[in-house]
Amino acid sequence: MLGNRGARARATDSGPASGMHLTTDVLIIGAGGAGMYAAIEAARRGATVLLIDRSLIGRSGGTVMAQMTVAVAVGEEAPDHWEHHLADTLAAGRGLCDPDLAQLLCEDGVECIREMDTWGVGWARANGHLSQVMAPGHDRPRCVYVDFLNTGPAVSRTLRTQVIRTPGIRRVGDLVVTDLVVKDSICTGAQAIHNATGAAVSITARATIIATGGLTRLYRRNSASANMGGDGYALALRAGAELIDMEFVQFFPIGHLAPRMIGMDPIMWDPFRYKLGGRLLNGAMEEFTHRYGATEGGKYVLTRDLATYAIIKEAAAGRGSPHGGAYLSFQHLSREVLKEAFGPVIDRIAKNGIDLTQQPIEVAPIAHYHMGGIQVDRAMRTSVEGLFAAGEAVGGANGANRLSGNAITEALAFGRVAGRSAAARVQATANASFNGAMPNRPSPGRAMRFNPAETLAQLQDVMQDDVGPFRTKAGLERALVAIRSMRAEVGDTMPQFAAGHDASRLDWLDLRSMLQVAETVAHAALLRTESRGAHQREDFPGMDDAWRINQTIRLDSADIAIARRPSLHQPAKP
Amino acid sequence: MSETVVLKIRRGGPGETPRTETHAVPFEPGQSVLDALRWVRVHTDPSLAIRYSCINANACKECMMQVDGKTVYACLARLEAREMRIEPLPNKALIRDLVTEIAPTDERLGSG
Ligand SMILES: Cc1cc2nc3c(=O)[nH]c(=O)nc-3n(C[C@H](O)[C@H](O)[C@H](O)COP(=O)(O)OP(=O)(O)OC[C@H]3O[C@@H](n4cnc5c(N)ncnc54)[C@H](O)[C@@H]3O)c2cc1C
Ligand code: FES
Repeated sequence: MLGNRGARARATDSGPASGMHLTTDVLIIGAGGAGMYAAIEAARRGATVLLIDRSLIGRSGGTVMAQMTVAVAVGEEAPDHWEHHLADTLAAGRGLCDPDLAQLLCEDGVECIREMDTWGVGWARANGHLSQVMAPGHDRPRCVYVDFLNTGPAVSRTLRTQVIRTPGIRRVGDLVVTDLVVKDSICTGAQAIHNATGAAVSITARATIIATGGLTRLYRRNSASANMGGDGYALALRAGAELIDMEFVQFFPIGHLAPRMIGMDPIMWDPFRYKLGGRLLNGAMEEFTHRYGATEGGKYVLTRDLATYAIIKEAAAGRGSPHGGAYLSFQHLSREVLKEAFGPVIDRIAKNGIDLTQQPIEVAPIAHYHMGGIQVDRAMRTSVEGLFAAGEAVGGANGANRLSGNAITEALAFGRVAGRSAAARVQATANASFNGAMPNRPSPGRAMRFNPAETLAQLQDVMQDDVGPFRTKAGLERALVAIRSMRAEVGDTMPQFAAGHDASRLDWLDLRSMLQVAETVAHAALLRTESRGAHQREDFPGMDDAWRINQTIRLDSADIAIARRPSLHQPAKP
Repeated sequence: MSETVVLKIRRGGPGETPRTETHAVPFEPGQSVLDALRWVRVHTDPSLAIRYSCINANACKECMMQVDGKTVYACLARLEAREMRIEPLPNKALIRDLVTEIAPTDERLGSG
């Protein structure tokens, strides 16, 4: 009898240090918005669920860190329909979206946002309806939010409460999945390591969902948590699944750079710059964006791509701010205007010792979201039977660029679909015999002779400098050489670590996935000889119609193999 | 000469006699205690066990520890150019160095 418990746990060996085995219907890797929604949906369709996370449940990835808004065509602020949202999403994706996935995001997103409302998330309301604000790229006010930068925390908290309330879900934190288990081309579960004890844990599941979020930790300047090194992409690759659009990493132009500010989302300046017309200045405190073809006239008309380009070029020309970005100044505004616009946020800024009427802050482009990811169909099925994916881990819905607010919607909608599909698979295979026995863990290799935390920082430098928002053949080739030499040093066999908790063990595991994923990004970027959306090649400026193509990646023995297929989003025939 | 912070870090695993290590870290105004601990891991000693996810978003609440005897979030605690005493939470089971068991009981591996 399972009662209120999800997966059954059974120690197959003598003690926790020597291994443990868990069995479940549905294994969900990652407890962000996608993973938690998937857990609820699979459990309410009768499956037992094991929801695991490499850190704490509901507190470790992008979802809890999001502070801004969620795009959804609920049409409460102004008449709207998901088809309008879809049109905007496809336009932002520059011809590379998978229209089925984009539609799912826009259409199912509406139900998810409404369901979150009934669960008490607390979407901001005015005059008896949900408040929706404008955001760049949307044709009307479409973005709901929870007041005072609380969107992500509220979404996470609400889902976690709902997970706890739903019978059949077992939650386990501090469990980092290191590999999926594939037998006879079917995914039958995963191998994991328990961080606190170093214990090896194997998990048997009829359906497995990768909900591990994005990869922006690959970059030195990022908005990522420590758990966003792209584990899910590496897991999928090694399991034989396909990735798509890996070259499309979204950079956010005015991420916070300096002075060091704590307790704030680094992307927080955007809405204020939008509202107030904050001025972008170079190291000599001069306006400079006009040099790169933008006229601002005190208003925020600069597109994100242009702002990123202007800041990077100005810094490269030796005219950047002291930390290598640009100044963002609100000094032309009065204390009252600032107080009015920033609300309670101004106090948090003041606590950091920053007075915006007296000083500018420094900003620079930071890696913020990944459009690419695991290739799935409308049911969130990957190319490996029994393996599903959801959330930012999935590629294709947003094409070459993502609209602001689309990522949380994507996490919720795709999570729900993945949970439903996984539960359906459990039912469909209920009578089939299932051999979920686990292969033996390879014995550990030699002791590690390098500092993995240092190597990880070096990888972030390589990615930032040569695989960042602006790319060239020479830079990408340099990055690939560096990545491959780091891979050779790091190796593929787990080195010997101390028993119990060992901080370097997680670094090594992170390096293994991050290097593998970094290689796919750099390689796909090298092959795409045009500029489109978030992928900008200085040596191939401009969009090339012949490149209305998605690149897919899989492993061919140990090497990555890249293929091309025409985009599923083709212009309508006249 | 630029300023430095001297961290006195309590280290050790469960059942071991704790030892205090001294690490000098370059000081940059506005940094957090977590920044300094991460600096130590990258530049001098990757075996130092710390736990954090969000780094500075005040979202994950994983970086709780004691600084000069007071319980704080390391990512919100300001670094100061002086000696600072860093210890694990005294009221939670020690995992190693500054990492303690902070997960809710029913979300731990052994709880099944
Ligand atoms: C600072 C910030 C602000 C943002 N603001 C917005 C916004 O305003 N609006 C918007 O729409 N989007 C925003 N985004 C993007 C959006 O938050 C994410 O795309 C979305 O939340 C992703 O949800 P997810 O469930 O797919 O992944 P996540 O929420 O990232 O969750 C993934 C989980 O998987 C776990 N995990 C990873 N690897 C493993 C492994 N090997 N084993 C076990 N567990 C693992 C992680 O610990 C994590 O908890 C923001 C992102 C950031 C970083
Ligand atoms: S690191 Fe997340 S709250 Fe401190």
